[in-house]
Amino acid sequence: MSEILVLVEHADGDVKKVTLELLTLARSLGEPSAVWAGPGYTDAAKARLAEYGAAKIYVASSEEIVDHVVAPKAELLAKLVSDSSPAAVLVAATAEGKEIAGRLAIKTDSGVITDAVGVSEGFVADQSIFGGGVNVRSRVTKGTPIVAVRPNSTAPVAEPGAGAEEKVEIALSDSARAAKVVERVKQERGARPELTEAAIVVSGGRGVGSGENFAIIEKLADSLGAAVGASRAATDAGWYPHQFQVGQTGKTVSPQLYIATGISGAIQHRAGMQTSKTIVVINKDPEAPIFEIADFGVVGDLFQVVPQLTEEIEKRK
Amino acid sequence: MNIVVCVKQVPDTATERKLRSDDKTLDRDAADGVVNELDEYAVEEALRLKEAHGGEVTVLTMGPAKATETIRKALAMGADKAVHLSDDALHGSDALSTSYALAETLKKIGFDLVILGSESTDARTGVLAAMLAERLGAPQLTLANKVEVDGSAITIQRVTDYGYDRVEASLPAVVSVVEKINEPRYPSFKGIMAAKKKPVESLAIGDAEISAEQVGLASAWSEVVEFAAAPPRAAGTVVKDEGDGGVKAAEFLASKKFV
Ligand SMILES: Cc1cc2nc3c(=O)[nH]c(=O)nc-3n(C[C@H](O)[C@H](O)[C@H](O)COP(=O)(O)OP(=O)(O)OC[C@H]3O[C@@H](n4cnc5c(N)ncnc54)[C@H](O)[C@@H]3O)c2cc1C
Ligand SMILES: Cc1cc2nc3c(=O)[nH]c(=O)nc-3n(C[C@H](O)[C@H](O)[C@H](O)COP(=O)(O)OP(=O)(O)OC[C@H]3O[C@@H](n4cnc5c(N)ncnc54)[C@H](O)[C@@H]3O)c2cc1C
Repeated sequence: MSEILVLVEHADGDVKKVTLELLTLARSLGEPSAVWAGPGYTDAAKARLAEYGAAKIYVASSEEIVDHVVAPKAELLAKLVSDSSPAAVLVAATAEGKEIAGRLAIKTDSGVITDAVGVSEGFVADQSIFGGGVNVRSRVTKGTPIVAVRPNSTAPVAEPGAGAEEKVEIALSDSARAAKVVERVKQERGARPELTEAAIVVSGGRGVGSGENFAIIEKLADSLGAAVGASRAATDAGWYPHQFQVGQTGKTVSPQLYIATGISGAIQHRAGMQTSKTIVVINKDPEAPIFEIADFGVVGDLFQVVPQLTEEIEKRK
Repeated sequence: MNIVVCVKQVPDTATERKLRSDDKTLDRDAADGVVNELDEYAVEEALRLKEAHGGEVTVLTMGPAKATETIRKALAMGADKAVHLSDDALHGSDALSTSYALAETLKKIGFDLVILGSESTDARTGVLAAMLAERLGAPQLTLANKVEVDGSAITIQRVTDYGYDRVEASLPAVVSVVEKINEPRYPSFKGIMAAKKKPVESLAIGDAEISAEQVGLASAWSEVVEFAAAPPRAAGTVVKDEGDGGVKAAEFLASKKFV
């Protein structure tokens, strides 16, 4: 079967959920090989990748790979593409994943498709564009197809693979070392899942009214094990940090469940969440456009409805 | 410092955006063209760096004749001059060809610093800055929410999932900016008047030694196979809160096995 490279996303040695999704997707297209870039590789990570079907695991664990911005990972993948001529390369469509895909495309003289929400036979990718208004099927016509796939596009399903490990040594070029990371600053986000990866996202908008009031959004999120998001009105006001903004100029999320509270549903907000599988809305204005895309909506004051919902969820646990 | 800002004209997100049925490319006539919003932040950052360190700000746009409106807006904000790469041969270019055409133009016009938005609102690929860094062999300083220049040294804060990375490099470099980096200025009346007299150099592909074989729809590395309007979402249930809205919402979540 043809080899499909899957670039592993990992944090603190843990394989991220999106990688398990990509391995699952890759199994439907060929035989997945996981590519581990940077330090942190452990037996647990190996077991996890094999559990989800990695036939091979390429491990390039040099510290240098993460000490410079993006370019080293693209060089690593380009080397693997030239050594083993895979049928395709899949990366997660995160901001960095897309940048890696872009540089790789140039190095390997290949086309790239970004923000795929599905990939089928012949590496034809599904894209949802213009804020979810148009569905496109597109494909790479030159080189090795490189596809950046959105988190939450495929449900991860375990199916063991051989997990044969292969160490990769890579000598980085000078230009790959041009942008050096001199400090990593971790900002507290509690124990919540990452916004783009989360299965459930609870977002607050202008209706939340203040930064302090976001505590009730966080409580609801925590009762569901969800990530917290915010509209631009809320991040502009400084009520919630910008990295949690959902929408056209923020993050694109595609969770199983998206709960929008005190958000009107401007097209720019919808552009970042319209592909969510189930949408629940809490808003006091029955005319708010967000109700048009709601699977379930409550017309009411979020300060009444949200705490009651949280309490009810806690009761049912 | 010679700063070049890449600015893209995009269809206004507030209007209905379409693909053309004939060649499946963006229908640029169907909607009003506006400056890609993040590119206003890129222009603002360039102006601030110029104000602090001296130099010149050049706007670079690749796009049809209509894109001059976008160029004028950037000039009205305070950029000094513009280069408009415009040629029918560029129509339908994908990200690889666009980055190639912009890189060739940048080599021709020269730069110490190139600043882009981190993403456009129409195609949203978010790859151009990384591709330009690759093609130009320049350091990639992307997703910046802070930029500092000191002589030939440049430092940014790169936004990450966990917070940010501080990244160092030397000029020349390629930077992309995120939304909260600054507050773009509104063009003043004086700025708008002055923009009308600022030089805009129009280049066809031959002028920048761009090969026709590497740009345009026919040479693209990817293609749209088909497209269709997304089916509308099935209408959901909306209830009015009668004191039990939270309970009702919980019941819905339970019916979908979320709780
Ligand atoms: C180029 C561009 C890019 C943009 N990018 C983004 C983006 O990435 N993300 C984004 O979100 N926006 C973005 N915007 C902004 C967008 O157009 C809207 O302005 C923004 O989404 C509005 O946020 P909101 O829904 O929270 O606020 P509003 O539109 O003010 O809506 C607030 C809602 O809260 C409801 N409400 C108020 N009080 C209560 C209460 N007590 N209980 C229940 N409901 C209540 C109101 O009925 C109202 O519907 C962008 C705009 C532009 C032009
Ligand atoms: C809906 C849609 C989906 C697409 N998907 C793909 C795809 O998957 N793969 C692919 O290869 N192509 C794709 N394209 C083609 C893509 O639009 C063009 O390649 C485009 O020129 C660059 O992509 P972008 O706008 O997404 O760049 P981004 O990387 O999102 O833009 C970042 C920045 O680059 C600068 N920039 C971008 N374009 C220009 C320009 N013309 N002039 C000056 N500066 C510019 C701006 O500073 C901008 O803020 C798609 C097009 C559309 C309309």
